[in-house]
Amino acid sequence: MKLVENKDMSSHTFTHLDALESESIHIMREVAAECKNPALLFSGGKDSIVMLRLAEKAFRPAKFPFPLVHIDTEHNFPEVIACRDKLAADLGERLIVRSLEDSIKRGSIVIKDPDKPRNPYQSVTLLETIAEFGFDACMGGARRDEEKARAKERIFSFRDEFGQWDPKNQRPELWDVYNTRVHAGENIRVFPISNWTEMDIWEYIAREKLYIPEIYYAHPREVIRRGNSVIPVSHLVQPKPGEKVEVLSVRFRTVGDMTCTAPVESTARDAREIIEETATTRITERGATRMDDQTSEASMELRKKEGYF
Amino acid sequence: MSNAIQLLRLITAGSVDDGKSTLIGRLLHDSKSIFEDQLSAIAKTSEKRGMAAVDLSLLTDGLQAEREQGITIDVAYRYFATPKRKFIIGDTPGHEQYTRNMVTAASTANLAIILVDARKGVLTQTRRHTYLASLVGVPHIVLAVNKMDMVDYTEETFNAICAEYRAFAAQLGIHDVTCIPMSALNGDMVVEHGDNLSWYKGAPLLELLENIVIDYDVNTTDFRYPVQWVCRPQTQEHHDFRGFSGRIESGDVAVGDEITVLPSGRSSKVKEIVTYDGRLQRAYAPQSVTLTLEDEIDISRGDMFVKAGAIPQVAKEFEATLCWLAESPLDLNRKYIIKHTTRMVKCLFSHLEYRVDVNTLAHHAASALNMNDIARVAMKVQQPLVLDHYGKNHSTGSFIVIDEATNNTVAAGMVA
Repeated sequence: MKLVENKDMSSHTFTHLDALESESIHIMREVAAECKNPALLFSGGKDSIVMLRLAEKAFRPAKFPFPLVHIDTEHNFPEVIACRDKLAADLGERLIVRSLEDSIKRGSIVIKDPDKPRNPYQSVTLLETIAEFGFDACMGGARRDEEKARAKERIFSFRDEFGQWDPKNQRPELWDVYNTRVHAGENIRVFPISNWTEMDIWEYIAREKLYIPEIYYAHPREVIRRGNSVIPVSHLVQPKPGEKVEVLSVRFRTVGDMTCTAPVESTARDAREIIEETATTRITERGATRMDDQTSEASMELRKKEGYF
Repeated sequence: MSNAIQLLRLITAGSVDDGKSTLIGRLLHDSKSIFEDQLSAIAKTSEKRGMAAVDLSLLTDGLQAEREQGITIDVAYRYFATPKRKFIIGDTPGHEQYTRNMVTAASTANLAIILVDARKGVLTQTRRHTYLASLVGVPHIVLAVNKMDMVDYTEETFNAICAEYRAFAAQLGIHDVTCIPMSALNGDMVVEHGDNLSWYKGAPLLELLENIVIDYDVNTTDFRYPVQWVCRPQTQEHHDFRGFSGRIESGDVAVGDEITVLPSGRSSKVKEIVTYDGRLQRAYAPQSVTLTLEDEIDISRGDMFVKAGAIPQVAKEFEATLCWLAESPLDLNRKYIIKHTTRMVKCLFSHLEYRVDVNTLAHHAASALNMNDIARVAMKVQQPLVLDHYGKNHSTGSFIVIDEATNNTVAAGMVA
C-alpha cells in the first residue's frame, strides 16, 4: 500500500488503456459508494486479476470496501486456485470461497455425472452465496467482446429476486450516470471491464506486469484430440479407448472448468508474445476454448437468464 | 497525444433497409476484426437461408429472445481496432422506440454515422436521427450515402443529397458534417476507396474514423470534479489520510490550485494528487484520481470541486430537455429521483413547456409525456445541484430520472 512519491506524469499521454482504466475505476467507486453490501467476484483468471488491479487503483491507500468472492466448481486448474489464494493473501484482502460441493451436500444441486462440465450449476451456488451474505451488488470481470449475449448486457445489470437477467427489460444506461437502486432481495451484477477486449486485457497485463497463473503461458502438456478441440488430460479427463495422448506446447486463453476448457497450441512465453499471437489469431477467445458455449448458439444467454454472471 | 492509440466511440443510425448491418459487417470484415469461427457460423446461416454470398449483416444478428419474440434489444456494443485506434460501436437496431434507443447509444458517442439510401435521399427518419444526434450533442456527424451502386455511382445524385443534408444540419447548429458516397455491399469507400467512386476525393470511412480529431470533444477549460468516494484508510501508516476520490469530468487541476467546494462554497488548496502509480503534479479529464486538500473542511460524496473563474450555477429550480424512456407516462403529481453526477435528489416536474415533434422539429403544447417524447420542462429539486448547460459540459449538464417505486430509469435529462 505504499505510494510512490512525486512521480511527475504531467507529460503522460492518455491512451485507450488509460481511458478504459479510468472508466472502470469510476464504475467500481460508484458501486462502493451507492451499494450497501457489494462483492467482487474473483476466480484467479486473467480478467478477474485485472479487476483486482483496478480495485487497487480505485481504493488504495485504503483497503477494498468489499470482499472477494469465488464460486469454486472444484473443476478448476490447481495453478489457478494457487494464484487466487496467493493474490488475495498478497493484497491482504478478504476472500470468501463457496464451493459447488456445499450446494451438492445441501441437495440444491443434483449432479448426474460428476465429470461433466459444472458451469451450468455455478449459478445455484452463486445465488446461495448472495443470499447468505446479503450482497446487493456483485462485480464481475465479464467483457462484451466475449459473447453476443454479453454484447447486449448493461454495465449495471439488474437481476430480480431469482437472479434472472431479462434481456428485453433492461434499464436504459445513459452517459455514465449509473442507476444502482434495487429493492431488498434484488441485486445487480456490475461489469466494470465491459468495454475491454481480449487484446486490451493482455496489453494491460503487460503494462502493469500482473502476476497471472502460469498456464496462460506456453508450456508442454498432455492432451488428447477430440473433434476440433485439444483437451487437457487431468484426473477428470482420461483418454477413451483408441484416443492417443500427445504432448504439445500449449497455453490457455481462458481458464474455466477443466473438463471443457481447451488450450491452444502456442509458443508464447510472456504477455508480449501473447499480444503478438492475439493480433494474428483468427479464432475468437471463447470459440477456441469453451466447449460449453458451442453446444448451442444461445448457451450463454440461457445461463444468464438462470442467474449466471 | 499523437502516438497514443485513442478510443473512439461511435453509433450507427439508420434502418436495416439502409444497409446498416451490412456496413457494420463490412467495417469489421475488411478491418480483419471478424474471426474464422464467427465467419463460419454466419456462412452456415447464409447457406441455410439460401443466399449466394455470405451475408455480413448476420454478424449483428440478435439473441434467441429477440428472434423468438420479434423484438430488438436496444443497444449492442461491438469492438474493433486498427493500429491507429480502438473503436466501440453502439449499434441500435429497429424502427420502434428509436428515440429511446438512439438517445441511449448516442449519449457516449464521439461520432454518429447516419445512413441514407442513395435512391431515397434525405428522409424524415434521416432528419429525426440527425436531430437526436444534435440533441445529445454528438460532436461529429458522418452522412453515409449508401447503395451508390444502385444509382450507377453518379456524382450528381450524391451532391444533391449532401447539399440538402448540409442545409438541414446547419439549421440544427451542427458544424462538423462529412458526407461519404458508399456501397457497403461492394465495399466501396468503407475501408478501401474502390474503383467505382474515383470522382470522390475524400477519405474512405475507416480512414476518417482513424484520423478525426476528438481531443476537444470534452470540455478542457472548466475544472469539474464531483466527489465520488471519501478515502479514509484509518491505518497506522496512513492515519491522517483523508482523500477525495473522483474522476475529473472536465478541465484540469494542479497541486497548489485554489478550489471551491460546491454547494457549500468553502475553499481550500489542492495538497496532493494521489494515484496508485504515484503522486502527480497535474491531472486532466477524464483521469480518475484522489485529491487531498490543505484544509480540513466538511466534504462528502455529491459535492463538487471547481476552480475560481469558471463557477457553475448552484440551483434548486432549473429548466431541462427531457427524453422520456419508460412505458409508464410522466406523472406530474409524483416525486421522482434524479441522479446528477454523484448526487441523488428528489425532484418534481413543475411545468411542461412544450413537446418537440422529432419529425418536423415543431413545438407543441404538452400536458403529458409518453415513451419516446422529448420535451422542455421546468423542474424543482429538494437539494441544490451544481449545474452547467449541457451544451457546455455533458457531464455536469446531464442527469437520469428514476422512478422511486420501481427503481427504473424513466428519463434522460439535459440542462437547458
